[in-house]
Amino acid sequence: MKKAVKRIYMGIIFLFLYAPIIVLIVFSFNKSKSRGQWGGFTLDWYVDLFKDRQIREALYFTLLVAVLSTLISTIVGTIAALGINNMGKFSRSVILNINNLPVLNPDIVTGVALMTLFISVKIELGFVTMLIAHIVFSIPYVILAVLPKLRQMNKHIAEAAMDLGATPSYALRKVIIPEIAPGIISGALMAFTLSIDDFVISFFTAGTSATNLSILIYSMAKRGVKPTINALSTLMFTVVLILMLIINKKSEKGEEILL
Amino acid sequence: MKKTLRILAYPYVVWMVIFIVVPLFLILFYSFTKGDIHDIGSLEFSVESYKKVAEPLYLKVIGDSFLLAFISTAICLVLGYPVALIIANTDQKYRSLLMMLFLVPIWMNFLLRTYAWMSLLSPNGLINRFLTAIGLPRLEIMPGNAAVLLGMVYNFLPFMVLPIYTVLSKIDKQVLEASSDLGGNKVVTFTRVILPLSIPGVVSGITMVFLPAVSTFVISGLLGGGKTPLIGDMIEQQFLFARNWHFGSSLSIILMVMILISMAVMSRIDKNNQEEGGKAR
Amino acid sequence: MGRNIIELKNLTKRFGDVTVVNNINLTIKENEFVTLLGPSGCGKTTTLRMIGGFEEPDEGQIFFEGKLLNPIPAYKRNINTVFQRYALFTHMNVFENIAFGLRIKKIPKDEIEKRVKRMLKLVDLEGFEKRNVDSLSGGQQQRVAIARALVNEPKVLLLDEPLGALDLKLRKEMQIELLDMQRSIGITFIYVTHDQEEALTMSDTVVVMNNGVIQQVGTPQDIYNEPINRFVADFIGESNIIEAVMLEDYKVAFDDVVLDCVDKGFAKNEPVDIVIRPEDIRIVTNPDEGMIKGTVKSVIFKGVHYEMMIESDTGREYMVHRTIAFPVGSYVGMNVQPFDIQVMKRGDPL
Ligand SMILES: Nc1ncnc2c1ncn2[C@@H]1O[C@H](COP(=O)(O)OP(=O)(O)OP(=O)(O)O)[C@@H](O)[C@H]1O
Ligand SMILES: [Mg+2]
Repeated sequence: MKKAVKRIYMGIIFLFLYAPIIVLIVFSFNKSKSRGQWGGFTLDWYVDLFKDRQIREALYFTLLVAVLSTLISTIVGTIAALGINNMGKFSRSVILNINNLPVLNPDIVTGVALMTLFISVKIELGFVTMLIAHIVFSIPYVILAVLPKLRQMNKHIAEAAMDLGATPSYALRKVIIPEIAPGIISGALMAFTLSIDDFVISFFTAGTSATNLSILIYSMAKRGVKPTINALSTLMFTVVLILMLIINKKSEKGEEILL
Repeated sequence: MKKTLRILAYPYVVWMVIFIVVPLFLILFYSFTKGDIHDIGSLEFSVESYKKVAEPLYLKVIGDSFLLAFISTAICLVLGYPVALIIANTDQKYRSLLMMLFLVPIWMNFLLRTYAWMSLLSPNGLINRFLTAIGLPRLEIMPGNAAVLLGMVYNFLPFMVLPIYTVLSKIDKQVLEASSDLGGNKVVTFTRVILPLSIPGVVSGITMVFLPAVSTFVISGLLGGGKTPLIGDMIEQQFLFARNWHFGSSLSIILMVMILISMAVMSRIDKNNQEEGGKAR
Repeated sequence: MGRNIIELKNLTKRFGDVTVVNNINLTIKENEFVTLLGPSGCGKTTTLRMIGGFEEPDEGQIFFEGKLLNPIPAYKRNINTVFQRYALFTHMNVFENIAFGLRIKKIPKDEIEKRVKRMLKLVDLEGFEKRNVDSLSGGQQQRVAIARALVNEPKVLLLDEPLGALDLKLRKEMQIELLDMQRSIGITFIYVTHDQEEALTMSDTVVVMNNGVIQQVGTPQDIYNEPINRFVADFIGESNIIEAVMLEDYKVAFDDVVLDCVDKGFAKNEPVDIVIRPEDIRIVTNPDEGMIKGTVKSVIFKGVHYEMMIESDTGREYMVHRTIAFPVGSYVGMNVQPFDIQVMKRGDPL
């Protein structure tokens, strides 16, 4: 009896979570252009996807910003974490508090603040400003992921490497970085996800010249979203789902990285 | 060695100052001035925009934002806690799979998911077609606050479940056994052991839901149809359309301050709870 | 044992305004097993780290085979270290950990293979090559740490409390294994511990330190039998330390007793400290046959011997170790041989 109640409850919750996603997926195969009207099965939207310049461009910006900002913020964040880890208690806590601001501040405040900065110093909003903004909010997550790994690491590990003849830079590359690799990877994953998913901060910092998927969808949502977007989202969603299932199967550690 | 490594942080410190500290000071600066934003020399000190925030119209906006965020956080907590509890108590084997299934929807663009709700909830949407077809009264919640609440709960529920689940799954099974060993039945074990131990997760869940909920402008824009403007909508408008940075900045500062206060209160609760826990032991 | 390999000259290290190592002078010979012994915080690790090159001395010089070592960075010193908490590379398996130093030296692959295998055999870890170091027990990790250092064939091996994290039984086993290794490979060990028993059983030379200052350097026998001051006597084993007066050569007095001893050369009536080890006090059942008379206050069985506390008529408590117990409350006599009394110059009162 109790088990049944639990099952039903979880069932309702999952229905609630997946209903809109199922709707999106179903409509990506819908012949009729109007939502809410089933006009038969079609793959036209998937074909259109590769012809639609607007969507292609938005996808390009989304992916380019995500890849670049992940790359840059992972490198800068890891280097910064190494430095912060060796600082005195006071400067460390000051830096970490400032570092936490983009995490704790509402996205909209981060977004308008950056926009204000760019406009005040007369930098035109566009791809570069959006990229900078993504790096700004990604680095803190990388640092928050890497720093604990550095703290856990045996204090003397770098010395042990040098004791065995490694130069400081060799010790950094071959010992310290590999030791904290799980933290770096989860920081990078975090940065990538946040970047792909971001709408609010991009919205305020991208201007009109660089429209990413989120901005495109937002501008469409009020007028009506093209079914091609449904098709694109279905594709992206499927890719993510498969990736997650693989990671989950492969290792128990997958959970640790993803959560 | 320590000293050389320290240098590695300096570039980022400069970066932080330019892109985190300066922008926030700019907002603070604009909130306390008036004049033409494109001519910094012409700006003068003023609390005009804060006076504007105090007008009833805008006070209502702020009040509405906090009320809606509060209600949606409460709903997330009520719905999410049992979910976290159930997942934490399933077999180790299925646990991470369940949790993953729970988190997967986050991976679809949230604007699209919100848009999908529009198709479901709109007056001629799928739900209403279905209800009409089986002869039930129609559901007229969109556009409106109920739809906004639904959108918030939908989008932020995982952020409530995740931290609570994390805390619950770390509770030592022996603690629970100890409780029943000492004569605690299931209810007692839950109220006296599990619940207090999970408070840190609840606190961070509340923060993680309340924060985006109070500052959202997308959900209210899409599902609310602009009927009840929220503080996020106002900030967007002031910066993008009205071009009144001064007022927009004041609203941002007010939002930040109120969030800081709520977070301070939450961390107090967390601390008190831990101290009481310490005494009870 | 032959030439000097390491020399410390007036070595001093300060952290802020605290002097942690204070003007140390020490000479270590080739193939010697030297132990730095002292209470926690006395500066043993800091001394070792200066030799390893991880800490720069504020004053003084370190010489390695007669050459000044100070300006040479850690990674160019022909000295290897076994760290206090091992500091193994957790992202590498056992083999890669041990091969680390050899790979840096660009030694050919098959040679590396051969030397690592030989090392694994030496530390009794054959077949563990592929194992993740996290999955090893404390003792095994410890042996990997030793192998990782030894495979480089350093002239000097520094070991910082290498057995500190192990349980008693394993510690005893590893002590023997370490000694065997040191003897068979023939390299200099500088070993840090705060376990006096470990220091005495393993070393050729023991260096007793306190508050950054060397108290005494000597063979284990010297240190045990002829402690130079109260601190050493107290730190090395249990003992009865008594304030006494040197009446004249070969005669020392305290309370109401005058004892014969083998020491001379003190001034007349010079105040001194004397040490009597608990196992050097004999008990006779007839109190009149003892130099000191007293009542047995307590008896504890310690495994091999009994530890008795005996209070003399003058109210002084003596610790006595004997293999047979005397009942509590019995009145007995105590005797000490002259050569079992160690007379020391009076230092600062402890
Ligand atoms: N980096 C440092 N900064 C400041 N003080 C230090 C530092 N390293 C060591 N000390 C201090 O120097 C003193 C000696 O430390 P050291 O590590 O040499 O002691 P030790 O004899 O090895 O002790 P233990 O047996 O506990 O390992 C201690 O008081 C310690 O607190
Ligand atoms: Mg030490």
